[in-house]
Amino acid sequence: MRRFGACLAAAALSVTAVTAMSTQEVQAQEKELTLCWAAWDPANALAQLGKDFTAETGIAMNYEFVPWTNFADRFINELNSGGKLCDLLIGDSQWIGGSATYGHYIKLNDFFEKEGISMDDFAPATVHAYSTWPKGTPNYWALPAMGDALGWVYRKDWFARPELREEFKAKYGHELEVPKNWTEVKHIGEFFQGREIDGKKVYGLGIYTERGSEGITMGVTAAMYSWGFEYENPDKPYDMPGYVNSPHAAEALEFYKSLYDCCTPPGHSDAYMVANLDAYKSGQVAMQMNWFAFFPGIAKDEDVGGDKSGFFVNPSQKVAASTLGGQGISVVAYSDKKDMALEYIKWFAKSDVQKKWWSLGGYSCHVDVLNDPNFPNTAPFAADFLKAMDGVKDFWQEPTYAELLQSMQKRVHDYVVADQGTAQEALDKLVVDWTEVFEDDGKL
Amino acid sequence: MTDRPSDSLTDRVARATPGVVVQKVRGLSDTAIAWLFISPTILLLLAINIFPLIWTVYLSFTNYRANRPGRPIEWVGTRNYERLLGSEDIWGYLQATAHFVVWTMVIQVVIGLSLALLINRNFKGASFWTTVILIPMMLSPAVVGTFWTYLYQPQTGIFSYIINLFVAVGPVDMIGSVDLAPWSIIIVDTWMWTPYIMLLCLAGLRSIPEYLYEAAEIDRANAWQKFWYITLPRIMPFLMLAVLFRGIENFKMFDMVVELTSGGPGSITEVASINLKREAFEKWRTGYSSAFAVILFVTVFGLGNIYVKALNKVKQ
Repeated sequence: MRRFGACLAAAALSVTAVTAMSTQEVQAQEKELTLCWAAWDPANALAQLGKDFTAETGIAMNYEFVPWTNFADRFINELNSGGKLCDLLIGDSQWIGGSATYGHYIKLNDFFEKEGISMDDFAPATVHAYSTWPKGTPNYWALPAMGDALGWVYRKDWFARPELREEFKAKYGHELEVPKNWTEVKHIGEFFQGREIDGKKVYGLGIYTERGSEGITMGVTAAMYSWGFEYENPDKPYDMPGYVNSPHAAEALEFYKSLYDCCTPPGHSDAYMVANLDAYKSGQVAMQMNWFAFFPGIAKDEDVGGDKSGFFVNPSQKVAASTLGGQGISVVAYSDKKDMALEYIKWFAKSDVQKKWWSLGGYSCHVDVLNDPNFPNTAPFAADFLKAMDGVKDFWQEPTYAELLQSMQKRVHDYVVADQGTAQEALDKLVVDWTEVFEDDGKL
Repeated sequence: MTDRPSDSLTDRVARATPGVVVQKVRGLSDTAIAWLFISPTILLLLAINIFPLIWTVYLSFTNYRANRPGRPIEWVGTRNYERLLGSEDIWGYLQATAHFVVWTMVIQVVIGLSLALLINRNFKGASFWTTVILIPMMLSPAVVGTFWTYLYQPQTGIFSYIINLFVAVGPVDMIGSVDLAPWSIIIVDTWMWTPYIMLLCLAGLRSIPEYLYEAAEIDRANAWQKFWYITLPRIMPFLMLAVLFRGIENFKMFDMVVELTSGGPGSITEVASINLKREAFEKWRTGYSSAFAVILFVTVFGLGNIYVKALNKVKQ
């Protein structure tokens, strides 16, 4: 009987222990969040930063980082299917229209008000681009998380060589310096194309030409914005003829094609961020366009970092403007852990967290960081980042953005890379495509 | 109740079946029992094949978008079909698909048949070479597409290097060139799937009775006559079957081309299925893409039927 009693006690103890362990596990599982973003340098910085949040709140952070090539496909499908994978999502600025309209993100106005988070604490351009829908209205669906714009990097060490400078000036009549406009970009591209430097054949430019996601659109619009491109009549929304296909938009597109034809390395026909980075870091090109987000990595790179590289803002042609990158952080409406996700947003909005975010390599949008008088000196590209963010322009942020983007990808790739038709024809067709999209959406 | 050693499995199952079930089954005809057995399969087929097909046809007449669940579905009649058939771009995608299908079939049949004739000679090491030739077919198309992008790399890829060994033309940009890109996907598909054609041809060759060749020898037929009057007619059904399978597969080709060219440059290699995926899952024009899917299905089904009739004639 005593033996039976001992067995019973042992069994009871085991059951209690197992139950206690399961409860702990469940609690631990409940006290965790999944944040979804793209797999790139700033994501690693965010994971580093997230350790502070876990230490402060006891909420563990999981991350789902997806390569840029699949980023939109993966997460837009996740949102459309009402998936619960992501509690927090750092989604592209263009997704905000669709995500707000179809209820994928929760609206943050009441939460901001309750927690005393003011949008005045963030740079106005970033609030407009990453947080609001409808555009420009005080309806907030995200907190500006990662400011970004398209900029340029050049081989400072090559530009400093006296024999090259002399030859360049004799040929083009101006110094081999940071280009002031797109014409000078082309001069530099042509000058370095096929040249031998340190016994190695190099090429002029790494520009965006990618077909599958958004690459060539982001590159082409960098030129078009500098030529004063407008998506629509400022006084009549969705009125596109004469704007999208204006003569100066066609001129900019034609110019971009001429850059592709004259100055890119062989095989640069489907290149986006990583391809440009690879071409630049391997010493293949003299200049590359890329997002500011990559610049901390370039500045620290063993081969091209330090004094070897310089940075500059997207050059103007008729106006100063840059293609907008970057994202806001949103709480996914389908998450079961919205309260904890909001707790993360509250923490992330703090001034000291934002300062650390910048120090780790993330681009804070907080005014305490950006308006700090010392900010331009904190990194070799910091001053240019501020300049770029002053003149950013974004692609459509409409709920139908994916259709609008795919049409543009096709039309401009057909012209720039596949040499089909003229720039004017490409933009005329784009107007037809976009008109059809807006008609289907009931906006025209 | 022990099993008798002479009992078959059927006898043992029959004895183990409860009496109530036996009573019920005894009341059923053979046809009813047959239906009872095949009905789960039929239900499954209806659920996963027939219903989606009918649903797709229905959606093709609507403006439905899968990413907007709340939006009312409107009947738009034949508008999606009119848009599709009137679109210059769609004809371009179909043209790219036809170019890919026709050329891959022609080249693969020629090379596949030649390889089969070679392997059929049973030379020393024939089995080893057969295995080696079959390897590409065993790889995943996505993997094949990805590693061929490296082989095609104009500056560091081996493809450009080999061409320059023969003709000094500088870096050859197979994927980025408008003229070469359609051939770049044909080359990779040929590399991957010729072994399949070879395998079926080999099966055909091995089924030809030896006495036919002996009779031809007696009639003093030359090698070409033996090939033309004996080999080719005998392996034709196998060859046509291989072309049917590969033709249907290549008409639907997606993964390898996406990895290799993403449909570019421009839309030069944008075969129909890539565009279909873009319309359905990137632009979310579900109604429109359903209409496109129906058109593709009817095309494949129609061509397939004509081909199968021809195949039956050849067999006869």
